[in-house]
Amino acid sequence: MTENERAARNKKIAHVIMWIVLLLLFICFIFPFILVVINVFKSKVDIVANPLSLIGTRKGFTLDNFPAAMEKMQFWKVFGNSLIITVTATILTILVSSMTAFVIVRNGRWKFCTLIFSLMIASMVIPFQVLMLPLVSIYGGMLNVLNHRITLILMHVGFSVSMAVFMFHGAIKTNIPLALEEAATIDGCSRWQTWWKVVFPLLKPTIATVGIINAMAYWNDYLLPSLVLTEKPLYTIPIATQAFYGTYSTDIGLVMAALLLAMLPILILYVFLQRYIVEGVASGAVKG
Amino acid sequence: MKQNTLSYKVKQYLMFGGVGTALFLCVVIAPFLYGLYLTLTSWDGVSKAKPFVGFQNFAAAFQDTTYWQAMGRTLIYSVFAVILINIVAFALAYLVTSGVKGQNFFRAGFFVPNLIGGIVLGYVWQFVFNRAFVAIGKALGGSSVSLLATPNGAMFALILVSVWQYAGYMMLIYVAGFMSVSKDVQEASLIDGCTPAQAMKNVTIPLMRSSFVQCIFLSITRCFVVYDVNLSLTKGEPFGSSVMAAMHVYNQAFTYRNFGLGQAEAVILFLVCAIVGVTQVLVGKRGEVEA
Repeated sequence: MTENERAARNKKIAHVIMWIVLLLLFICFIFPFILVVINVFKSKVDIVANPLSLIGTRKGFTLDNFPAAMEKMQFWKVFGNSLIITVTATILTILVSSMTAFVIVRNGRWKFCTLIFSLMIASMVIPFQVLMLPLVSIYGGMLNVLNHRITLILMHVGFSVSMAVFMFHGAIKTNIPLALEEAATIDGCSRWQTWWKVVFPLLKPTIATVGIINAMAYWNDYLLPSLVLTEKPLYTIPIATQAFYGTYSTDIGLVMAALLLAMLPILILYVFLQRYIVEGVASGAVKG
Repeated sequence: MKQNTLSYKVKQYLMFGGVGTALFLCVVIAPFLYGLYLTLTSWDGVSKAKPFVGFQNFAAAFQDTTYWQAMGRTLIYSVFAVILINIVAFALAYLVTSGVKGQNFFRAGFFVPNLIGGIVLGYVWQFVFNRAFVAIGKALGGSSVSLLATPNGAMFALILVSVWQYAGYMMLIYVAGFMSVSKDVQEASLIDGCTPAQAMKNVTIPLMRSSFVQCIFLSITRCFVVYDVNLSLTKGEPFGSSVMAAMHVYNQAFTYRNFGLGQAEAVILFLVCAIVGVTQVLVGKRGEVEA
């Protein structure tokens, strides 16, 4: 065997070993999800008897957990709430922060813009815990605007503005040449038209990144929605899951169905948009 | 020229940045300042009167032993979680960039826990610990007590779940780091006689320093204020032995109605977190090298 052949063979063996290690790690990673999926089709007695068996030994395969859990956690209602809040807040975040970033970049030498931008950067280190009490006492105690979806949506936007402006700021500064805007102005565009017809369409990659990161954060957020929306008809999926667990924690079959239902929408979306989500999060993480 | 007048600039700013700036100021800056004021009062969160007490809340916060116990616990948890998250994430990133078959599939798979909120993940793992692991333990002839029922077990569970949750996210940053290290440098080091392990230790890892700084910063700042998983996985049990700092702040304010004290403790948590995070970044950045 020549030197080259041996090296090639060693490399192949190394790849096979790495592949096996990856597969084992992968199974460990999705083990909790597999457990939920196999137990969701079993009835309570079977889960208690043996949570590891594939099919229930006493009552066998059952679909009964789903309708019961859906009814008790009002699945479609909370799903709708989560969807409205996530979609509206994401769109608003993209529009509002890209426009703010635009005006800040193009007035870079104006002290006021520098001040606002520095404030935004500095505010990114503030954890939510420092803001939650005053937030509740200002918007609950003084202004009494809690328990409206729009309050939560605007708060979500307000919290994400700084990070999103930072990302759009970088994109506009490096990717949009000023000459392009000047050309549009000479061709007769107003500032407003220049923004919508020239600059905004060129920001698509950043729009996707900001949109994906924030949509995931809004969809999964628990603490802020639980403080703002305390009435049952307004619950989002994470709050409804928590409330459901508090009431039915002993009815383990129902819990399995509720947990699977809570995870399913985003997992289905992930199957289709997997590439975009991974890329979006990666580029967002590296920039942030 | 009209574009340089102040009124034109203000009008432009309000047209484009008005809404964003207003929301930012209302949701972040105003509550932050108001929160600082609240630390100086002994407000209960309900009554109209907010008696001014100066720095008493901070004094009380420093004497609140349960708070410092929670803080110490958070520190221990963070140290273990941050180290393990980064080791696992780095290893995963190495494996999924090594060119094996299906690496994109694995990359997407390891990211899955990040798609789902901490509340749901905590309940899923509660089931795993309380039912599945107990069943496995019984089958192997071990004890049938859930890990979550013992103080050390609950801490271990929190660390394990956090590592599982965040490793996939940090992996993406390390993957970007691996991609940014040029193949030429690695090949050059191999030709110069490095073993692959030496090339990794002396060439690749130093060049990826900024990825490490960033991942460690992100994992520290996340671990310090862990709440969702804490609430759903252990709820602070058994006997309050797994209450982390963020949960203590929440309870202090909303359960025991000590708004001023709770806010003071939140501010201390913020300062500790910011100091640790910023120091780490400064120390980390100092040693950065370029190829």
